[in-house]
Amino acid sequence: MKIQEYQAHEIFRKYGIPSVNGILCKSVPEAVEAYRKLGAGKVVIKAQVLSGGRGKAGGIALAADEEQVESAAKKILGLRINGLEVNMVLVAPAAEIKSEYYLSFVIDRGSKSTVMILSREGGVDIEHVAKTTPEKIEKISIFPFVGIPDFLAKKAASFLFDDYEHIVKGAGVIKNLYKIMVNLDASLVEINPLVITKKGELLALDAKMNFDENALYRQSEVAAMLAPDDEEAKEIEAKSHGFSYIKLKGDIGCMVNGAGLAMTTMDMVNLYGGKAANFLDIGGSSNPQKVVNAMKFLLGDKSVKVVLINIFGGITRCDDVARGLKMAFDQIETNIPVVVRLTGTNEKEGHQILSGSKFHIASTMRDAINKAIELGRS
Amino acid sequence: MSILINKNTRVLVQGITGRDGSFHATRMKNYGTNVVAGTSPGKGGTSVEGIPVYNTVYQAVKQEKADTSIIFVPPAFVKDAVMESADAGIKLIIIVTEGVPTLDIVAARHYATALGSSILGPNCPGLVTPGESLIGIMPGHIFMPGRTGVISRSGTLTYEVVYSLTMNGIGQSTAIGVGGDPVAGLYFRDLLKMFQDDPETDSIVMIGEIGGDSEEKAAEYIAGNITKPVVAFIAGATAPEGKRMGHAGAIISSGSGTASGKISALKNAGVKVVKDPAEIPYTI
Repeated sequence: MKIQEYQAHEIFRKYGIPSVNGILCKSVPEAVEAYRKLGAGKVVIKAQVLSGGRGKAGGIALAADEEQVESAAKKILGLRINGLEVNMVLVAPAAEIKSEYYLSFVIDRGSKSTVMILSREGGVDIEHVAKTTPEKIEKISIFPFVGIPDFLAKKAASFLFDDYEHIVKGAGVIKNLYKIMVNLDASLVEINPLVITKKGELLALDAKMNFDENALYRQSEVAAMLAPDDEEAKEIEAKSHGFSYIKLKGDIGCMVNGAGLAMTTMDMVNLYGGKAANFLDIGGSSNPQKVVNAMKFLLGDKSVKVVLINIFGGITRCDDVARGLKMAFDQIETNIPVVVRLTGTNEKEGHQILSGSKFHIASTMRDAINKAIELGRS
Repeated sequence: MSILINKNTRVLVQGITGRDGSFHATRMKNYGTNVVAGTSPGKGGTSVEGIPVYNTVYQAVKQEKADTSIIFVPPAFVKDAVMESADAGIKLIIIVTEGVPTLDIVAARHYATALGSSILGPNCPGLVTPGESLIGIMPGHIFMPGRTGVISRSGTLTYEVVYSLTMNGIGQSTAIGVGGDPVAGLYFRDLLKMFQDDPETDSIVMIGEIGGDSEEKAAEYIAGNITKPVVAFIAGATAPEGKRMGHAGAIISSGSGTASGKISALKNAGVKVVKDPAEIPYTI
C-alpha cells in the first residue's frame, strides 16, 4: 500500500531527514499562488500520483516564473500516468544539485530480512543499475534485534560519500530512515535521489514508501494516509465480506475457495479458450451467508455471462456451500447459467442439496471449465 | 520414512482454547497425530478433548516433551509465540495464522534461527506425513501414504493436486504447504534438499505461483543438486501485473515474478512443468 510523495516527505521531516518542503496544489491558480509564496525563483512541479516513471511521462517540470508555473501545472494536472489521473502537484523550491545518490530499505524475500540498498548512481532507475552494473550497488542485511549501530551506519554511508562530514550526515539519514521502516511497518522506504546540494547540504529530493497491509491494525497514522482508488475500493469491500476479489476483463465469473486454486481456475479458463471475468477467493470458511454475498458481488459485474463455481472442500464443507448457493439463488433473480463443481468434504450431501436445481453440475475442474466456456458462447 | 514429521513427533498446539485451535487440535488428534499438549495463557490445568493445557510453552515442553508446535494465535501475538517456542527448545514451529505483520516474521525467524529452530509459514496449511502425522488444517482423508513428496505455496490447490494423485494411486511421503506470505520460513530449496536426502521419497511435486523468485532459485538448486524427478505447476499465468492474487506474496511487480519466467527457469533445470494440474499424476 503506497502513499503520495508529499506525504512521504512529511514523514521524512518528522524523523529528521532533510527533505523537500513544498506546497501541495490541486489547481493551476493554487500552483501559481504557491510559487509566489515560496519566493524561490526556480521551482520544480511534480505530479502526485501513485505510480513510478513520472519523469518519463512528463509529470515533472522546472519553472522559473509565474507563466512557466502556470503552463507546467496546466499540462501536468491534465496528464494520465500509467492510467492514473493526476489531480495534485507538489510545487517546491528547485535544489541546486551537486551529486545524486540512491538509498533504500526493503524487505527482501530471499534473505528474509530488511536489506539496505545503496548506490552512487542516484536519480536513475535502480533496477536498471542492478541489472547492468551490479558492482555499483551495495546491499546490507539488517539484524532485526540489533538494528543499525553507529559503526554500520557510517560504514554504509562511506559507500556513498568520501568526506567524513557527509559520512556522518549520511549515517544520520540512514539511521532515521530505518527508524521509519520499523516504526511504521513499511515494506519499502526509498530516497532516489538523495542529493548533496551546491551548498554541501544533504537533501531527500524524492520520497517513496510502501506499507505492509498486515500491519495496518497497529498503524492508524499510516491507515489514515491511504486513499484507495475505485478498483481498490471494490477490493477492500470484498475483503470486509471475508473474500478477495480482483476484476478482470473476461465474461466467465469465477468463485473459488483458496487463492491458489482461484488463480489456477482463472488460468485454466484462459488455457481452454475462455476469459475469466474476475479472481474471487471466498476463503476458508463455509458460512452460507458468505456464499450469498460473493454471488451478489459476482452478478453485480454486468460483463459476466456465466458463473463458474469451483470448490475443493477441505475445511470448507461442500454441503454448506451448496446451502449458500441455494439461498443465494432464492434471493437473486438471474438467467445467468451457473456451473458448479464441488469436491471433497461432504461432497455427496452437497450434490444432494443441489439435485433438482438448475445448476450445471460438473465432476472435475476441467469438465466444469469446458462446460462454462460452452455456456458462455451460446 | 518421511521428512520433518512422523508418528513419533510430539505436537504442541499454541492457542488451543481458541475457536480454530480447539477445532484443529481435535481433527489432528482424530487423524492420529501425537498431540501431547496445548497452551493458552491463564488456562493452564484445563484440557481440550483430553489434551492437557499449559500456561507456557516452557511447561508444556518440560511436562510433555513436545518437540514441534503449531500456532493458531491471532496475528498480533504470533511473533511472541514463535520466540516462546524457540526459547523452550521446540525445533519445528508451524504458523497457520494469516495476516501477521511482515517485520514480526522477520524478527521471529531471526530469533528462531539463532536458537536452531525452523519455522514453516505463516499463513500456511501445515504439513502431513500420511498415515502418521498431520500438523495443520489440511483435510486428512485426501492423503495416502506413498513415495512422492509435495511442496506447495498454496492450500486448496495442494488439496486438488494431492486428491488427484491419490485417486490415481500415487501416495505421498510428506506434503507441505509453505504459505502465501512474502517472507516465510522453510521454502522450496530447504524442502527439496530434505526430499532428495529422504530414502523413501522417489519423486517430487512442486506447486508454485507468481511473485518473488523462490521458484527461480529452486530451479537453480534443482539443476545442481536434485537427481529425483520433479514435476511442477505454476499458478497465475494469466494474473495481471500489480495485483495481489489473494496471497500477499502472489504479486507480479515491475515485470518480475511472472509465471513465464518461473516456468522457463524450471524447464531449463530439467523439471517437467505442466499447464494443467490435472496432468500431474500422468507426468510423474
